[in-house]
This record gives sequence, C-alpha cells and structure tokens, in this order.
Amino acid sequence: MAKFGRGGKKEVPAFTTASMSDIVFMLLFFFMVTTNMRETESKVMYKLPEASEVAKLERKDLAAYISIGPPAKYLQQQYGTAPRIQLNDSFRTTDDIRDFIAAERESKSEADRQFMTVSIKADSETNMGIITDVKQELRKCSALKIMYAARKAQ
Amino acid sequence: MSKKVPELNSASSADIAFLLLSYFLMTTTMNQDSGLQRRLPPMPAKDQEVQDQKVNRRNIIIVRINAQDRLFAGNEPMDVSRLKDKIKEFLLNPNDDPKLPEKEVKEIEGFGQYPVSKGVISLQNDRGTSYQAYIAVQNEIVKAINEIREDFCRANYGKAYENLTEEQQEIVREAVPQLISEAEPKDVSQN
Repeated sequence: MAKFGRGGKKEVPAFTTASMSDIVFMLLFFFMVTTNMRETESKVMYKLPEASEVAKLERKDLAAYISIGPPAKYLQQQYGTAPRIQLNDSFRTTDDIRDFIAAERESKSEADRQFMTVSIKADSETNMGIITDVKQELRKCSALKIMYAARKAQ
Repeated sequence: MSKKVPELNSASSADIAFLLLSYFLMTTTMNQDSGLQRRLPPMPAKDQEVQDQKVNRRNIIIVRINAQDRLFAGNEPMDVSRLKDKIKEFLLNPNDDPKLPEKEVKEIEGFGQYPVSKGVISLQNDRGTSYQAYIAVQNEIVKAINEIREDFCRANYGKAYENLTEEQQEIVREAVPQLISEAEPKDVSQN
C-alpha cells in the first residue's frame, strides 16, 4: 500500500515542448529547399508516359511548359474531353504558341535565351496529331530545344 | 533580490512552425522534371524547296509507327522489344555490311581517330499514333545509343559514362552521335 502511495504529492514533470518547434522548423527548411513553388494551375489532366532513359532538365528556370491532355474533370462539362493545349493558365490553340514562346523568350535573360527548353507535358493517351502540330509550330518560331516529359520507369 | 526571469512559454511555437510547414507543403511541388531531350530540325525557309537530302540509302533507317501503333523498322514489322538490337546493329555495323551505314574516320580532338558511323535514324509517325507508343520507340532508340556509348566508355576508359569527365563525355558524344531525325509530318496511315 505504502509502496504505491509514495510520491503521491510528486507531479509528473512538464513535458518540454521547446525542442518540438526546432524539429518542425527543420522539416520546414527541408521542404523549402527541396520543393519549388507551383506556378500554374493545371487545367488539363496528363499522365506522363513512361521511359527508362530519361534525363533531368538541367536548368529549370529556362523551361517553358506546354501541357496537352483532356481538360480536368471539373472543366469537362464546359470543354468536353478532347485533348487541349494549355499555355500558362488557360486553354489555347496552336496559333497562340508563337506569342507564348515570344513572351517566354522575353522573360529570360539575353544570354540564356538560346538555352531555353520547351517541355512538352502530354498525356500518354493523346494522339500524335496534336503534338505534331505543336512541334511544327515550335519549329516555326525556332524554339528547337524540346523535351518530351516522361516518368522514369522502374 | 535577483528576480528570476519567467520562462518563455514555447509550446505554441511548434504550432506556428507547423502552420508554416503545411503552407509550404500545399503551395509547392516536388516533381522532378525529367524527360527525353530532343532538338527539332529548323524550319526550311519558305522559298526554299525541300531538297532531297543527300543521305545515302544505306545510311538511313526508317522507323515508322502507324495509326494502329504498329512499328516498322526498315520496312519490316517489328516488336518494340526488338528495336533496340536492330538499331544497335544498324549503328555499329560490326561486319562492314554494305547494306548497313558506312563509317567515316574522323579526327576527334583529345582522342584521335575513330570510325564514326554515318547512320541516321529517321522516325516517322502518323497523326493517329498514340503518344505512349511514340515515346516507347524514342526511348528504345535512346537506349540503343546509350548502350553503344556505354560500351565505348568501357572499352576506352574502363569507366561508366557518368563517371567520365566533361571533356571525355564530349568525346564519347562525338564518337557515337545521336542522330535522330523527326521527319516532316507525313500521312502513313495507308500502311
């Protein structure tokens, strides 16, 4: 009896939470360093095709993105399910690519312009027709460095 | 006399940090941009006729994917899994077959002379070809070239390609060039 009753007055020491914020800050810094800001909202759904020989894009800041795929679920009522081209934040047609590339070029520094890569993020189910159109348009505005975005196959 | 400084309650600082953490988790992405890099041919000028390229018949292999995603390499139907060996044979031409591409002995700076294959892979597709199939074929071709490069590295430097220095990689790229031509769009549906 006495054994269990002993120390009844003693309180459990307060759990120190001071170091918890340090741990969370560490996590925070980890995520801040390894991730990058989401710039545009994706309005098309794309599941990238798989490839085993992918190379990493070296200069992410010099990339321009063209997404191709069926509109996202919530936009399908309005736009249907046929594959669309998304430039920046809106659906566009191949005719707008010229302006888009010009604007992207303008936003890069003079010295880096020639290294600009156009990353084509297309859904694996799309037909080559639309991609060929995009490629032809890119050739016309001599944005010749392109990358077919793909997932690394396991 | 000395008054004890009251301890700062730091219990809520973890909450603040968590809030920041969740904000960054939500607004950022972690995806790595990876893919197959290519260089498109420049558009021929309007007044310029699309001239017949002076590529010898033996130096070119036509890889074609039709609207049903069927693959033809050099006019014979082929499965994607066999394409890699076909391309390797085409580029290496080990027995100096007169039907396969010729080699040109080139002076490579920092290495010396090496017979560089003049083979060009011409990739043609239909508008109905699926992107998936197209990338699969592109991937096989790149794989074939990468394997040849890897063999070259092993034979000459005894090291893997990624362990070489920048200059050595440049030499390897020159000795085993990646010549893939994505031809003008053509309708190949009739095949």
